[in-house]
Amino acid sequence: MTEEIIISGFGGQGVLSMGKILAYSALMEGKEVSWMPAYGPEQRGGTANVTVIVSDERISSPIVSTYDTAIILNQPSLEKFEQSIKPGGTLIYDGYGISVPPQRKDIHIYEINAMDAAAEMGNPKGFNMIVLGALLKVRPLVTVENVLKGLRKTLPERHHHLIPANEAALRKGMEIIG
Amino acid sequence: MKGNEAIAHAAIRCGCDGYFGYPITPQSEILETLAVEKPWETTGMVVLQAESEVASINMIYGGGGSGKRVMTSSSSPGVALMQEGIAYMAGAEIPGLIVNVQRGGPGLGTIQPSQGDYFQATRGGGNGDYYVLVLAPSSVQEMADFVDLSFELAFKYRIPAMILSDGVVGQVMEKVVLPPFKPRRTEEEILRECPWATTGRKGGRPINVITSLELRPEAMERHNLHLQEKYQQIRENEVRYEELLVDDAEYLIVAFGSAARIAQKAISELRKEGIRVGLLRPITLWPFPTKRIAELSGHMKGMLTFEINAGQMVEDVRLAVEGRTPVTHYGKMGGIVPTPDELIERLKGDFSL
Repeated sequence: MTEEIIISGFGGQGVLSMGKILAYSALMEGKEVSWMPAYGPEQRGGTANVTVIVSDERISSPIVSTYDTAIILNQPSLEKFEQSIKPGGTLIYDGYGISVPPQRKDIHIYEINAMDAAAEMGNPKGFNMIVLGALLKVRPLVTVENVLKGLRKTLPERHHHLIPANEAALRKGMEIIG
Repeated sequence: MKGNEAIAHAAIRCGCDGYFGYPITPQSEILETLAVEKPWETTGMVVLQAESEVASINMIYGGGGSGKRVMTSSSSPGVALMQEGIAYMAGAEIPGLIVNVQRGGPGLGTIQPSQGDYFQATRGGGNGDYYVLVLAPSSVQEMADFVDLSFELAFKYRIPAMILSDGVVGQVMEKVVLPPFKPRRTEEEILRECPWATTGRKGGRPINVITSLELRPEAMERHNLHLQEKYQQIRENEVRYEELLVDDAEYLIVAFGSAARIAQKAISELRKEGIRVGLLRPITLWPFPTKRIAELSGHMKGMLTFEINAGQMVEDVRLAVEGRTPVTHYGKMGGIVPTPDELIERLKGDFSL
């Protein structure tokens, strides 16, 4: 099994951290992983994306041309990556800020409203974890338990009290995806 | 962890005595990680943010001159600034480690990945007849493993060693097994291993002088001949490379560092189509695996050199092949990293497959 994933959105939405948590969680399951950011003079409001590959085998290129799954969090990212999804692949997008919805007929498309759900939960920073929860519902790459382990590994200890709120956001994401 | 972070952890673990550097994207995590790890409180390793790259390299010159395992890291424009110091180290036969996490050039260029410093790294880069030993990691694991290896080789041959990485290998996060802890060498061990070093003159040993200056032409010629003899020894003993699926290959891709990873993916796709392609990945860029490429060229219908630049290593490949088979090049510049699909298309186009 090899899953090539692109996560793309605005800087500040937690794109890179979502990828990092996913990669660490997969590591906890003994998988091979790679996390390759499009780094740059990133700032809140700019664009950010990261390629995460999870595999049972050694990963060759951390940079790929097409993706099994795309997580799209803004309009420019949708325009950039919709055509790079493999036929039969998966596209999950947050409806907020998408004016022209995806057009492809040969992929599985899921719309979620994570931005609204995060606001309703009173946890706007939980946005990326809601999206991650949605991903794991449709592509069960790792278990929630291992995501929590991954969080413990990536978050500095002073933030560990936020783990329950993150778990709630994950489960919310699993719930709201159609 | 990231490739840059792996360099920092490996330095602490391999008994490195000091790091001197100046921040620059895409390698600043090296200095940042060292600052977080605070090795001066554990192993006693010194970590200093110097005032510039020129200062950093001259600190390495001084530290290496006293027999210490010292290193610096930077990215392309910063390494360009260091060339004078590197030439002085080569002339004075001072071991040390320089890490270059390359970005696009020329000049300040871009902060995105590139392999555009191949010429600079493998041709010496500064003035005079010299080489530095160049290792090209293609994974986070090799970023970690090559730190100790570089120091070992640098001290064995009294030569500056360089890890020539790039923005992809520096920024990517992968699984890594860090090397076990090795203590820093004691003063006695340094005295034994580096009788040439300026360690403080005790017990009436002759004076050690560290210099690259020699005004008598005959003596300077002798020194140069000695350097050349050493370089010949390194060419004979230290060539490293990795091969993938070359035994039945009709076409060969030659690629180093991150480009070799992209090539691996392209090769597995091409093999699915029945096109027999193999990979030769030079691990040492100097000394270059000239002999092996020459051997393989006899069996190949064609070779493609894949680099993230305008075509630099391709010159060394052509020198090795000596016209026995066609050699083409594919690469991109400006911080754009070619994808496996683009490489596949180019290889098919070049050899009409």
